[in-house]
This record gives sequence, C-alpha cells and structure tokens, in this order.
Amino acid sequence: MESEKTVLDNVSEAAETITDAAVAEAEEVKEEAMDVLSETTDAEAEAEEVIEEIAEEADAEAEEAASAAAAVVTSRKTSSQGPRKKHKNLARGNAIAGFLFVLPFIIGFLLFLVYPLGMSVRMSLSKVSATSNGLSFSSVGFWEPGSNFYKIFREEKDFIEAFVNELKRMLLFVPGILVFSFFMATLLNQEFKGRAAVRAIYFLPVILASGVFLGLDANNPLISNVKEAMRAENSFSNITNTLEKILLTGETGNKFFQYVIDIVGQVYDIAMASGIQIIVFLSGLQTIPPSMYEAAKMEGCTGWESFWKITWPLIKAMVLVNIVYTLIDFFTRTDSTLMKLISDTLLIRFEYGKVAAMSWSYFVIIAAVLGVSALIFSRGVYYND
Amino acid sequence: MTRAERRKAFWDRNRKSGGYLLRKKTKGVLFRIGRGILLFGLCFLILQPLIQKLCVSFMTEMDLYDTTIVSVPRHFSTQAYTITWRLYKGIPTFVRSLVLSAGVALLQMLSCTLVGYGFARYKFPLKKVLFACVILTLIVPPTTIITPLFLYFGDFDILGIIKWITGSSKGLNLQGKALPYLMMCATCAGYKAGLYIYMMRQHFRNEPKELEEAAYVDGCGRLRTFFQILLPGARPMMVSCFLFAFVWQWTDQIYTRIFFPTNTWDLVSTKLYNIVNLFDGENKARFGMGYVTQTAYSNQIQATGSLIALVPLLVIYVVAQKSFVESISQSGIKG
Repeated sequence: MESEKTVLDNVSEAAETITDAAVAEAEEVKEEAMDVLSETTDAEAEAEEVIEEIAEEADAEAEEAASAAAAVVTSRKTSSQGPRKKHKNLARGNAIAGFLFVLPFIIGFLLFLVYPLGMSVRMSLSKVSATSNGLSFSSVGFWEPGSNFYKIFREEKDFIEAFVNELKRMLLFVPGILVFSFFMATLLNQEFKGRAAVRAIYFLPVILASGVFLGLDANNPLISNVKEAMRAENSFSNITNTLEKILLTGETGNKFFQYVIDIVGQVYDIAMASGIQIIVFLSGLQTIPPSMYEAAKMEGCTGWESFWKITWPLIKAMVLVNIVYTLIDFFTRTDSTLMKLISDTLLIRFEYGKVAAMSWSYFVIIAAVLGVSALIFSRGVYYND
Repeated sequence: MTRAERRKAFWDRNRKSGGYLLRKKTKGVLFRIGRGILLFGLCFLILQPLIQKLCVSFMTEMDLYDTTIVSVPRHFSTQAYTITWRLYKGIPTFVRSLVLSAGVALLQMLSCTLVGYGFARYKFPLKKVLFACVILTLIVPPTTIITPLFLYFGDFDILGIIKWITGSSKGLNLQGKALPYLMMCATCAGYKAGLYIYMMRQHFRNEPKELEEAAYVDGCGRLRTFFQILLPGARPMMVSCFLFAFVWQWTDQIYTRIFFPTNTWDLVSTKLYNIVNLFDGENKARFGMGYVTQTAYSNQIQATGSLIALVPLLVIYVVAQKSFVESISQSGIKG
C-alpha cells in the first residue's frame, strides 16, 4: 500500500516536472519567437499566430507528459498560459452567446412593444378616422387647439379628474400597503401555532386579487350602486364611525386623522394588494441572523432600538423593491377609474387618438413617479451580501 | 414535579426577582392573546368575501330577497351552479382555458428562462440598456399598446417579408387567432413577462459560478452547460414561473379580450367578465325584453361564477403553495 502510494507520487512528481519543463520550454520558445519577430517589421497578429502554434505544440507536449500520471496533474495544463487571442475569442464568443440567449426578448421587444408604442405616439399626434381600408391618420400636432393632448387636458374635465384621483389614491395606498405588509411580515415571522396556515391565507391574495376577479365588482354597475347605498345606510351605526367623529372634532391634526381613517377604511383593498410585498419583506427578515438580536439584547437594547439599528438598515433594500413593485402594480391595475375611462373611450367611443394621448400622458407620469421614488429610496440602501 | 410544586417554584422565583417574572409572564400572555385576535381578524378579512360567496351561491332566489337571512341559506339549493355552469358552456370552456393557459405559461416559462440566463451570466454590449428595457416592459400599461397591437395583427408583417412571400399588398390577418398571442409569449412579450425574466435572472445569479467553470473545463459547450448543468437546478424556479404565468393567464382579461374574441373563443376569464350581461340576456330572451334581472340574483350568479373559476386555482395553490412563496422570496433577495 505504502510503496504503491510512493510510486504514484513519484510518477506524478515526474510528470509534473516534465510538464513544468515543457511549459518552460514553450515559454522560452515563445520569448525567442517574440524577440525574432519584434526585430522584423512583421505585424503583431502574425506574431501572435506563430506564438499560438508554438504554444499549442508545447501544450500538446505537456499533455503527452501529463497523460502518464493521474488526472490530477492534467488540471495543471489549463493553468499554463493560453495565448491572448484565445481570451479575445472567448470574450467575443460569450458576447455572441449572450446575445443569442437574449434574442427572443429583443425580437419581442422590437416587434410587440417598440412598434406598438411608436404607432401609439403617431396616433396620439393625429386625428384617426376609420376608412374602408383600415385607419387613416391626419396630423393635428401636439398642442394646437383640436389636438388630442389639448382636448384631454383643456376641453374635457373627465381625464384630469380621474388622473388626480388616481394620484391621490396612490398617496393613500402605497404607504398603506408598505406599512401593512411590513407589519404583517413581522407578525408572520414570529413563532406561533398554525403559522403555516396563516401564511397560506395571507398569500392567497396573490391569486384572489388578480385579473378578472379584481375588477369584477367594480365592473358591475348594479352591485357597486348597492354597495354605496349600504355604506351610506350603515354609516351612523357602528363604533368606527363614532370614533371617527370624535377624532375629527379636534382642531389640530385633522388632516392627519382623516388620512389615517381613509387608510383604515381601505384596509380590505390594502390587504388584498399586499400579498407579494409580505413575502418579500418576510424573506428579508429571515435573512437577518437571530444572533444579531441576541447580541443587541445582551447589550441592553430595547426592541424599539434593535428595530431601528438592526432590522431597518438590513431591510431597506426590500423596501426599495417593494416600493417599485407596489407602484408598478398600482398603476397597471385594471380596475381604476382612469383605466375604465380609457377603455370606455376605446371600446365605446372609438377615439383612438385620444386613447393614445391619455395612455401616453399616464405612462409619462408613472415613469416620473417611479424614477423619483426609486431615486429617493435607493440612497443609503445596504446590501447584506 | 407535580403541579402544586411547580406553582410554588414559580412564586418563589417571582419573589426572588422582585415581581419581574410575573410581569414578564403576564406581558407575554397578553401579547400572545392580542396577536391571536389580530391575526384571526385579518385572516377573516381576507377569507370573508370567499365565505360570503360560498354561502350566497347555495341560496334559492327566494332566500336572496329575504332580509333576515344574512349568510346561512334557509333553503339549500344548487340551482345557481346549474345556471352558471350553463352560462359558462360547461366543460369545453374549461378545457380550452386550461389548454390555453398551460400553453401560454409553458412558452413564457421557456423563453424567460433562456433570456434570464443570458442576462444573468453573459457579458455583451448594451446589456444594461436591454435590461432596462425589460423593466420598461413591466411599466408600460397594457392599455397603451393594446390598440396598436390589435391593429398590427390585422395586417401582420415583419419587415415586408410576408408580403414578399405571398406577393400580396396586404399582410396576414391574424385577428381572432391564438397565434399572435402565442408568438408574443414565445418572444417574452406576454403578460408580465418582464417579471418572469427578472425572477429567472435572480435565480441564475445566485447559482455558484464554479458550476459552469467546472463544466467548461471538462469540455462542455455553452449550450450543453446550460441544458445539462444549470437547467436541472433551475427547475423549482421554472415551476414557479409556470404557475404564476398559468394563474395570471387564467384570470387575465385585458389581453384575452383583445386577442380571443368572445363569440368564437369561450374562455373562463372572458365569460366571467361578462357573466352578468350573459345572465341578463338569457333572462330577457326567456321572459321578454321587459324583464329586469334583480341585482341580488345577478350578484349570486357572479359569486357562483367566480367560485367556479377559482376552484382550479385554489387546487393549484394548495398543492404548490411552496413554489409560489419561495420563488418570490428568492428573487426578492439582493433586489
């Protein structure tokens, strides 16, 4: 056994030395070639080609030597210097391969997003009328009387009203969703009986509040009317309303209380919209090692302090992700009044130009809001890698 | 140790700590009770509409108008289910929806996996710009592009190639066919495709680089490395993508309404979207134009319709809840 091992060691040692020698030889040859070639006025590329050939020969030699020993030794071969050109080829090959992997997206992006977007810009800037062979466009400009943008911003009040309402709702909803989902995540992160079941219920809105289910009640005029009536009827008979009245009679902080009460009134909608955000926060909380809290507790940190000193800094990245996600989710919802206005204009009044103008104004505002909030909240984000 | 002994030991310890132990214990119990109430209330908040729908769906029409009945039906009946099932046109609609959703989800999953891998592992020029484009696809509201898309598919052509082949001056009319939407899904332009690309990219970024390096050293090509080394590891994430795409396609009515016209394609989502109108129309056809469908009645039909549409999704959710949750928590990490 022992002797066998030593023999093997010897063999591999020998092979190693042979390889080293081969590599050194190759190096020498390469240097010589370099010297010779640098004297002549030949182009660099040619020199490299020659070097590559020589190096390949050397590699082959090394391979031969190495094949005598075990596979352990062959791995050294890869660490012997490959020619520079090979690196270049590798990089180029990688770039091409990367492009090929991403190609489906590029095609889809150009065909099914850029093209429609371009067409929608054109529509928003022209008067679209349906003729026997398709649509005809006649340019009306951006901001002359009679142009689509002028119409929706100056002549018709519906759009601006729906727009402002939407932004107001955003100010109400987005902070509400963030606070609620963070609160829920901290609750669900604690240990208690039946946690799995509660979690499952909380993530249910991911399914329940999607697509057609979301807009179902809003789309049914009869039902929504009944709901309003019921709300009005009930408004004097419950404890929250009494509480609301008491809070709102005070002079100071009226607006703040109104804001909080509005949020509380929407708690069902908020809970339905925060399934994914809870998961993101929860996963963020779970990456924080418990030992940090233990150490803080030993040092006499209160829960409040350890929240601001440990949890908050580490969860900030998640807050950013959630803000972006919530904003996108909020703006692309289909059950808002603005979306309804847009689809009514499209499907009932067939005013393509106006629809395009509305969607573009909406899109620009969304992008602006997203950009600003991402900028504000991305400062001081710490990644816990 | 008996109960009495334990109690005695507790009071002893309490006295020694100067009342601290008792206070701490009480605080803990109160906190747990408060938390329990809160969690129960919030769970109820989410489940209540479902429960209410379930109760309403089993009522007879008479029960609906009876104000003394709040949730539990007095006369149990499955009549609403028969009506709704008829309005859905039964099994063919569900099978069609199932096949369509599965096909769309499969295409989206495959294309987004490829693209996600490309973004995660390769360096190529304009990569950052392209990834910004991925995010852009998420932000664009579907209403912005849906009209142009619809018109585009009425006269479909790619750089004049199809016109050149067929020799006519008009492109292909693909309106009302499944092909356009399937093409969009295969090229990562489907509903929420940007999100799936993002999820797959996060997954591949978290895989160790040594995996591929080892494969390359052993002489594996790029394609083979992807299919044999990385894809098996990506299976859970792919399943999640598939499930999300399936669920969102099942309930989607924005793209579906545009690409699959209701008169030729009976799909669950579009049927459900129109179910109140369908019910009203049926009643008018049967009882004459003067008939007014009661709100409570159409409400019941709508509730039953959503429940029926939800059943497959709930089954999927119960079976695969882990994939839904884990994929998101994985992709949330490292933003």
